[in-house]
Amino acid sequence: MTASRERLVVIGNGMAGCRAVEDILKRSPDRYEITIFGAEPRVNYNRIMLSPVLAGEKSFDDIVINDAAWYADNAITLHAGRAVTAIDRARKVVEAEGDLTVAYDKLILATGSDPVRLPLPGADLKGVVTFRDLDDVDQMVAAADAGGAAVVIGGGLLGLEAAYGLARRGMKATVVHLMDVLMERQLDSAAGFLLTEALAERGVETVLSAQSEAILGEDGKVTGLKLQDGRVLPCSILVMAVGIRPSTALARACNLPVGRGVMVDDQMRTGDADIYAVGECAEHRGIAYGLVAPIWDMCKTLAASLTGDEAATYEGSLLSTRLKVSGVDVFSAGAFAGGEGCEDIVFRDAGRGVYKRVVLQDGKVAGAVLFGDAADGGWYFDLMRQGADVRGIRETLIFGQAITEGLSGLDPSAAVAAMSDDQEVCGCNGVCKGQITGAIAAQGLTTLDAVRGVTKASASCGSCTPLVEKLLKLTLGDGFQAQTGPAPMCKCTHHTHDLVRQAILAQDLKSIPAVMQAMEWTTPEGCASCRPALNYYLVCAWPGEYQDDKQSRFINERVHANIQKDGTYSVVPRMWGGMTTPDELRAIADVADKFSIPAVKVTGGQRIDLLGVKKDDLPAVWADLNAAGMVSGHAYAKGLRTVKTCVGSDWCRFGTQDSTGLGMRLEKFMWGSWTPAKVKLGVSGCPRNCAEATCKDVGVICVDSGFEIHIGGAAGLHIRGTEVLTRVASEDEAVWTICALVQLYREQGWYLERIYKWMDRVGLDAIKAVMADETERRALYDRFSYSQRFARIDPWAERVAGRHAEEFNPLSRRLEFAPA
Amino acid sequence: MNALVKEPTVTWTDVGAVTDVPRRGARRVPSPRGDIAVFRTGDGQVFALIDACPHKGGPLSQGIVHGSTVTCPLHGRVIDLATGEATGVDRGTGCAPVVPLEVRDGRLFLGLVGG
Ligand code: SRM
Ligand SMILES: Cc1cc2nc3c(=O)[nH]c(=O)nc-3n(C[C@H](O)[C@H](O)[C@H](O)COP(=O)(O)OP(=O)(O)OC[C@H]3O[C@@H](n4cnc5c(N)ncnc54)[C@H](O)[C@@H]3O)c2cc1C
Ligand code: SF4
Ligand code: FES
Repeated sequence: MTASRERLVVIGNGMAGCRAVEDILKRSPDRYEITIFGAEPRVNYNRIMLSPVLAGEKSFDDIVINDAAWYADNAITLHAGRAVTAIDRARKVVEAEGDLTVAYDKLILATGSDPVRLPLPGADLKGVVTFRDLDDVDQMVAAADAGGAAVVIGGGLLGLEAAYGLARRGMKATVVHLMDVLMERQLDSAAGFLLTEALAERGVETVLSAQSEAILGEDGKVTGLKLQDGRVLPCSILVMAVGIRPSTALARACNLPVGRGVMVDDQMRTGDADIYAVGECAEHRGIAYGLVAPIWDMCKTLAASLTGDEAATYEGSLLSTRLKVSGVDVFSAGAFAGGEGCEDIVFRDAGRGVYKRVVLQDGKVAGAVLFGDAADGGWYFDLMRQGADVRGIRETLIFGQAITEGLSGLDPSAAVAAMSDDQEVCGCNGVCKGQITGAIAAQGLTTLDAVRGVTKASASCGSCTPLVEKLLKLTLGDGFQAQTGPAPMCKCTHHTHDLVRQAILAQDLKSIPAVMQAMEWTTPEGCASCRPALNYYLVCAWPGEYQDDKQSRFINERVHANIQKDGTYSVVPRMWGGMTTPDELRAIADVADKFSIPAVKVTGGQRIDLLGVKKDDLPAVWADLNAAGMVSGHAYAKGLRTVKTCVGSDWCRFGTQDSTGLGMRLEKFMWGSWTPAKVKLGVSGCPRNCAEATCKDVGVICVDSGFEIHIGGAAGLHIRGTEVLTRVASEDEAVWTICALVQLYREQGWYLERIYKWMDRVGLDAIKAVMADETERRALYDRFSYSQRFARIDPWAERVAGRHAEEFNPLSRRLEFAPA
Repeated sequence: MNALVKEPTVTWTDVGAVTDVPRRGARRVPSPRGDIAVFRTGDGQVFALIDACPHKGGPLSQGIVHGSTVTCPLHGRVIDLATGEATGVDRGTGCAPVVPLEVRDGRLFLGLVGG
């Protein structure tokens, strides 16, 4: 220790502080006389490994980075358990707890971050902890030893690792997350969904979209968390893992420039030429990092600067994240920002629970999310950091490094030719190249379907379809015919509507993400065509149970009114069977006056349309209509629309039955039902057919002996007369038959396929056969009535009561300026 | 954000929290130049466009959001949220102007010019 050495003081004995010192010692072992202050009473350890320590998978000794001997060997003075309390820049000294003052020539701030504590009532109760250092882990372990339940607020990396650790130690752990996707900064909703399921298997429950209201306690100890919706989650320990804030108090107090963190330049220097900052406490080019990888880069530059190499610069870091929960492989890197030139490549393997998504932008990897198999995370991250042009390997990129690099050369067909015979092509079914080309040659296969049938290659998730097609082309040359066959639902999947519907029932799939994973969707979240279809299939399959996904509905069904060309809406209340009353008409007239509704029109469906209603007025308009006893006419719905009737035996001299009454009865029983496409009914009192029943989806022609039931009419784009399904004697039978028929259509029809198209596809005879079977018909009717228990709810009344209020209010009314 | 460079008098106006906009959805903000649509994608990205489809002015805020695009509710043009441009076969047929948008501490700020 010669007096000539410069004095280097480091504040913070954590990951950045010690790594900086290691890097400096590597470059210039004798340059500085080094003093490190650490607020924690222990040597330097690997903070990220606190998670495995909490989970009981590692001990503290396992995670120490530098033991006492390292400090001694390198002549470093460590003041552990002594926080620095002030920096005096004028005198160039730091002051620490216990009246200690140490002078510096150079100073490094490496104070890390402080965990954010939500200012909830009860936040100061005993048992409310954060997750940052070993003391926190000790508290959690002690709580776990006593058993009971734990609640973690925050579904980010830290919160999930805390919950997993506590569950591993036998607690009932629940994560409460404000957002609707776990780790939403790193994961897309598909991966977030899988993560939720994987954690549930490991004993960690998740409550999403949950706002915490208060922490409850007794005798000064936490007993539970109360959510804003009134739910109470009991717990004996509550972990707040809601984020971190760079620890900048010291820097602020000595007037160094501070933004979110202590601001540093590309040499890691703060506003004072002799003071540097590194790690989570630093802010570089506007970013304060919260992971270790950037810290290693910063430390390298810092060490260079402090040992006289002024050329070294830190330019910022790209980030990748891996979750440390045993058996749950999660990797995420980069951004999923959409935009010009952005493209997703998605691979799902339902059998193995794998989801991979690579985002390309301008031919380069811009981001990746891997779930269930993250082995290639590092490779994608490297490609991303290098900014490598991946257009040449696009075809195989998603299969990972091994396959891609196995296929040399940039010409895809050359690459396929170069594959060895035992190289796997179809991961789902374990089919190798040789088996495919062998089968093509031996059995004279010429189509993709034939190859699928014989070898099962590309028969599951279909992601290898392009490869199999190339093999066909390669083997057959010009003899290859491109695929025709039953069309897939949309470009997001290789499966047909029927297959998807079967899977929903057979595999108990109860949400859109669950269907997408099980059926190996090739896009992260579907499109405007498959999402509404899946939403309908789930509504139909799981009445009363499925949670409708509003964002997957077309605007009309989302806001329960029809959008017009100028962005206003039309409102059509039900008039059961076309009957109305003076009171209803008065109410409609009053509403039209009160809200200055520009047009009132009698529709082609025997009711009244209020046109030109402003979106913000909708709930108030509905409230007035509700007050007069009227409900939504679903003029917007893929569901039951109108039931047109004629006056029938009540008034008409030719009427054979009470067609108005039957129409009203049908409408009152069937309203609110969702169907693949719109369903319109008509009931005419005699074959003169004044209600135009023979051009409706389902029509009834009353005759002396009973009721003739017709199906498959339409008078829109195609004019179609109905076909007769059956004749029944009583009104009851007519109602049963029609409901059973519509249920059959609900269960078999493809989304947007109207009854006549469904009938053309499956055949009238097939429909007749089902309807003739008394038990089948009865079962269909029962399923329809069961589902109607949850459907006959007026959506307008729900909105009037405040449901989805955000839909009808602008985000902000405060703008006075125009967009720049 | 080019507009920021060209137009020095931009005021950043807080219009609400990111979480006020539903995922895979949008909210409207009325302005003297017509409604502004603020979108949030499934991945949590936010974008702002003038709420008028390049085709016939359909309110894009009312469309279905998928990936980083929105399908116009009127005639189904698919609009790229980042650029406001029609995509696919409609590429090059026009664009809904992008409104400068920044997120600060979970709040949405629109870039507006003085009035
Ligand atoms: C209002 C109304 C016209 C009128 O002023 O009378 C009307 C208006 C619309 N019809 Fe219609 N149709 C109306 C009766 C009809 C009828 C007559 C009937 O129901 O007896 C038909 C022929 C019968 C039929 O459906 O086959 C009819 C065949 C269509 C079609 C063609 C359907 C087809 O499969 O070919 C469409 C397009 C579609 O649904 O995709 C359509 C679509 C529309 C839409 C919803 C267009 C749209 O998507 O925005 C119009 C919006 C109305 C609104 O904002 O309220 N409308 N439309 C009628 C409302 C009936 C009601 O009270 O609910
Ligand atoms: C449980 C857990 C799991 C994590 N997992 C990962 C992961 O998987 N991957 C990843 O990249 N990152 C992970 N991180 C984040 C990573 O640990 C941090 O990014 C890293 O530790 C930051 O290093 P640092 O030196 O800036 O801060 P720290 O490591 O926190 O070190 C700062 C030190 O400074 C001390 N200090 C503060 N103020 C004073 C003062 N006034 N006087 C003296 N000493 C002071 C503190 O006590 C602390 O010891 C995890 C973090 C935690 C808590
Ligand atoms: S006929 Fe055409 S224009 Fe008239 S209401 Fe029906 S869809 Fe609109
Ligand atoms: S107005 Fe948007 S597609 Fe026509």
